[in-house]
Amino acid sequence: MTGVSRPEAQALPALGARPGGARRVRPWAAPLVRRKIVVVGGLLLAGVTAAGALAPVLGGDPTRMDVAARLAAPSRAHWLGTDDVGRDVWSRVVYGARLSLLVGAAVVALALVAGVFCGLLAGYYRRLDNAIMRVMDGLMAFPAIVLAIALMAVLGPSVLNVVVAIGVVYTPRVARIVRASVLVIRETAYVEAARALGASDGALLTRHVLPNCLSPVVVQASFVFAAAVLTEAALSFLGVGVPPYVPSWGNILSEGRLYIQQAPWLVLYPGAAIMLTILALNLVGDGLRDALDPKARGLATDKQGAA
Amino acid sequence: MKTYLARRLLALIPVALVVATVAFVLMHLAPGDPASVIAGPYASADDVKRLQHQLGLDAPLPAQLVRWYARLLRGDLGDSIFLRRPVLEAIADRVEPTLLLTSLATLLAVAIGVPAGIVSARRPNSSEDQALMLFALLGISVPNFLLGLLLILVFSVQLGWFPVAGYSPLEHGALQTLRSLVLPAVALGVVQSGLIARITRSAMLDVLREPFILAGRAKGLAERTVVWKHALKNAMIPTVTIIGVSFAVLLGGAIVVETVFNIPGLGRLIISAVLRRDYPVIQGVVLCVAAVYMVINLLVDLSYLAFDPRVRYQ
Repeated sequence: MTGVSRPEAQALPALGARPGGARRVRPWAAPLVRRKIVVVGGLLLAGVTAAGALAPVLGGDPTRMDVAARLAAPSRAHWLGTDDVGRDVWSRVVYGARLSLLVGAAVVALALVAGVFCGLLAGYYRRLDNAIMRVMDGLMAFPAIVLAIALMAVLGPSVLNVVVAIGVVYTPRVARIVRASVLVIRETAYVEAARALGASDGALLTRHVLPNCLSPVVVQASFVFAAAVLTEAALSFLGVGVPPYVPSWGNILSEGRLYIQQAPWLVLYPGAAIMLTILALNLVGDGLRDALDPKARGLATDKQGAA
Repeated sequence: MKTYLARRLLALIPVALVVATVAFVLMHLAPGDPASVIAGPYASADDVKRLQHQLGLDAPLPAQLVRWYARLLRGDLGDSIFLRRPVLEAIADRVEPTLLLTSLATLLAVAIGVPAGIVSARRPNSSEDQALMLFALLGISVPNFLLGLLLILVFSVQLGWFPVAGYSPLEHGALQTLRSLVLPAVALGVVQSGLIARITRSAMLDVLREPFILAGRAKGLAERTVVWKHALKNAMIPTVTIIGVSFAVLLGGAIVVETVFNIPGLGRLIISAVLRRDYPVIQGVVLCVAAVYMVINLLVDLSYLAFDPRVRYQ
C-alpha cells in the first residue's frame, strides 16, 4: 500500500506470538487518559476536525485566484502563501482537512458495514466461510495502493469513487478480524443458550454475536481512518484521486511539487497537515487498542497476503 | 518438511485463481468496452463490432473467463491499447527500477527497524525505548511521498548532494543507479522501519518473558547470547512475517514514490495507463505485482522452516 503501512493493523496470528502474561483488567477509560500522548492525539484530532468543520469561516474561498500574487511567500494577507495561480494556501489546506476527514469517515463507514457483514456471515455460516474468505484473500493479495489505483481507473475520478475504491480495499481487512472473533464467539455457552431458547439466526447475530466482537473493530476503525486519509492523499497526489479542482492535501502537494524550489511552502504546510492528522489518528488508535484490546498490544499488523 | 512445502505450493493455486478472477472482473466493470477504446472515436459501429469479435469480447462471459485463464497460463497478458505492444514487454522494460528500489528500501527498513526493535525491547520503557518508539510512530505517520518531497527539498535543492529526480539504469553503472535510488529508498525505507521496529519490539518482549530465557540467564549465559541468539531466533517468525509484508507494502509504495522522483518504473507505467484508460496495461501491472506478492508470501512461509523446527513436523 502506499507506505500505508499501518493500515494492515490486525491481531497477528503468528506462531511465536503469545498474549502478554497476567495483565490486570482496568476500567476502559483509565489507560486512555493516563497516557498523556493519547490525550495529545485526541486534541490534535479535535483541532483538525474543528478546522475542517469551520473551513468556510476560517479559510475564505479556496478557489479564488489572485494572479498578481502567484507563488507569494507567507505574509499577513496569505498566512501560508499562495500557489501557482495565486490561490490562498491556508484556505486550501483548511478545506483539504474537511475533504480528508469526510473521505476518512465515509471510508470507515463503508468498510465497517461491508466488513462486519461479510465477517459475520463468513464466521457464522460454515458453508459461506470458504467462498467469502477466498474473495477477501484475493482482494488482499494486491498491495492496497495498487488495488485502489486499479479501482479508480475503472470508476473514474470523483470524491465518491475515491471513497468506494478505498472502502473496497479495506473491507477485507475488517472482515478478517470480525470473522476471527465470530469463530470464537459462535462456540461460547451464551450463544448456545440463546440458540436453545429458540433465537433466530438474525437475532443471534445482531444481539449476541455482533456486540461481542466490536472492540477489535473499533480499534481497527481508527487505523482504517488513518489509512484512508493517507491513501486519498496518495491517490490525489498521483493524479488519479479526487478531481484536480477539489482542494485536497494530495492535490496541493501534487501541484506544489512542481514549484518546490521557488515555493517550498506549497509542500511544507499541506505536508504538515497530513502528518499531524495521521499521527493523531495513530495515537488515538494506539490508545483505543491498549484500552479495549490489551492482548493485541504492539501486534498491530497482520500478514495480509495469501492464505 | 516436504509435505509442508507441497502444501504451501498447493495453497497458492486457489489464491492465484482468485487473483486472476479479480483482475478479470475489475476490467469488465470498466465503463465502455475495450473495442471502442482501441478503435478510437471515429470508428464506425461495424468496425467496433468486428474488433469485438476479433478480441473475443462478444463471447459469453464464462467463456471469456476460461480463455483469460488459458492466456495467463501461457504468460500472455494481451497488448497495450496505447503503446501498441505486448503488455508483458512493456512491463519487462519497466520492472528494473521498481524492483531495485523496493529491494533497497526493504534492506534499509530491516537494517534500521530490527536493531531498533531489539534495543527497545531490551529495556522496555527506558528513555531509549521511548525515544525509539516515538521515532517509529512518527515514521508510521509520514506518507512516503511526502518524505520524498522533503528529502528532495533538503538534499537536492538545498544541499545539492543528490540528483533532484530521474533514474540511471544499471547498464550505465551500478554506482550511478545507487545514487539515483538513495533518496527514494530512504523515503520508503525509513517510513517502513517504524512498523518493523514496533513489531520486532513486541515479538522480542513476548519471547524475553519465556521460561527458557530465564533458564539461559540462570545458567550464566552472557546477556548478549541470550538476547541476540536465543531470543532473537524465536522472535524471528513475527519479524520475518512483517518483513514479507513490508516488501509488498514497499512495492506499492515504490509505485507512488516513483512519481515524486520521476523514476520510469511500474508506477509511472500504471499511472500513465490509468490516465489513458489503457486497461490491459493496468491489468498486467496489477497482476504482476500480485504475483510478486504471492512469491514473497511463499518465501516467508518457507523461512519459518529455518526459524521454528516445529513447523517441519506439521
